[in-house]
Amino acid sequence: MFWTVTLSLLEGFLGTFKLFALTLVFALPLGLLISLGSMSRARVLRYPIKFIIWIIRGTPLLLQLLVIYYGPGILLKSNVWGSGDNGRFIAALVSFVINYACYFAEIYRGGIQSIPVGQYEAGQVLGLTKGQIFRKIVLLQVIKRIVPPMSNEIITLVKDTSLARVIAVYEIIWNGQSFIKSAGIIWPLFYTGAFYLVFSGLLTLLFGYIEKRLDYFR
Amino acid sequence: MTASTPILEVRDIRKNFEDTQVLKGISFTMQEGTALSIIGSSGSGKTTLLRCLNFLETPDAGSFLIKGETIFDAARQEKDSEEEIRRKRLHFGMVFQQFNLFPQYTALENVMLAPSVAAKARGSADLSAIRKHAEELLDQMGLANRMQNYPHQLSGGQQQRVAIARALALHPDILCFDEPTSALDPELTGEVLKVIRSLAHNRTTMIIVTHEMTFARDVSDQVIFMDDGVIAEQGTPGEVFGNPRNERTKQFLASCSGV
Repeated sequence: MFWTVTLSLLEGFLGTFKLFALTLVFALPLGLLISLGSMSRARVLRYPIKFIIWIIRGTPLLLQLLVIYYGPGILLKSNVWGSGDNGRFIAALVSFVINYACYFAEIYRGGIQSIPVGQYEAGQVLGLTKGQIFRKIVLLQVIKRIVPPMSNEIITLVKDTSLARVIAVYEIIWNGQSFIKSAGIIWPLFYTGAFYLVFSGLLTLLFGYIEKRLDYFR
Repeated sequence: MTASTPILEVRDIRKNFEDTQVLKGISFTMQEGTALSIIGSSGSGKTTLLRCLNFLETPDAGSFLIKGETIFDAARQEKDSEEEIRRKRLHFGMVFQQFNLFPQYTALENVMLAPSVAAKARGSADLSAIRKHAEELLDQMGLANRMQNYPHQLSGGQQQRVAIARALALHPDILCFDEPTSALDPELTGEVLKVIRSLAHNRTTMIIVTHEMTFARDVSDQVIFMDDGVIAEQGTPGEVFGNPRNERTKQFLASCSGV
């Protein structure tokens, strides 16, 4: 029984991992765009973006999942997400990407704005272009500063994937819970915790390593 | 005393921030191979003037010329492209009060960065000459055994000397210092002033904004005293320090010696 459960949970974890990894793939770059927009001098760009960030950070992700999944159907009277598992997964992914991009954007903004203006000016008086100043001077300093808050956010994402269950997206808790009905046992649900722990443990090690690698300067 | 074309001629530079007039018409000239000190109380516009010369601020009016060539003219209609500004600002080197070294690079890499980037842009891949020049400059700054250290491993005085080497690496016509020792404790101030003295000795053309009166008196060929956005007095150190004519200069110098 233990092996059957473990295999089933591993399969469920694949769904968890897929949502986790794809969210990062899209939210990391989208977050950068949003952060640049939120720092833009153009008000027509800055204000709407700040407004969206406020909405997304000010409401529960669980609610956002429901609104994004059911909303279009109610408003447009059509199912934009497609039918079946795939459609629900895409709706969940879109919700996660938007939500996490907004959080990442704020972390990027904090990192970029924490770089002293003197670093830019030193680059300017040395005749470097804006692009060169960003790539050769600012970027690594920003990365160093955002690694701790980013690792925090990314480890939160591992656990937040379980929220996708609310629109019946197939992931590890879903599988764990299914044993209650099918076999009358609850321990597989508790057992899912071990998978989260191992995975976030690995991520903790990875981010610790990156932090250490960037420890050579201040 | 109609010497050759001045290396720098500044004509009636004016600069406002919002409603505050920070520079109210600054004009002076300086000859190649001389050192000019700018003194004056905080808020008199000294730093803003240096920042204008380095294109970190854009003057609202006025112009300046290097060796007779107009580098900046506020009256010109068309704006310089970013590319042109980058080329023009390289006439000046800048040493900041807060050093502003790049923390992720070693002392040597800090000095090599800009020349290497420029060399790559020209399509030349040979960095050995740039490295050699950077090593010589750091050696000249007394940092031969500190080249592989990162900024946080260096004292403030050492960091400022790296910053001087970094500015010199691009062969500026005029090296500008913005209160180079104001962030240093007295012990470290001496080592930085010693380096600047040796540069003056080698006829490096320099503009030094400073609060170190004794140093300004010793090292410069010309002294400008700024007060409230204008040049209140200028002349040789002997004239300005020894026999100030302006009432504000007298007050300022008296308050300095009182400290």
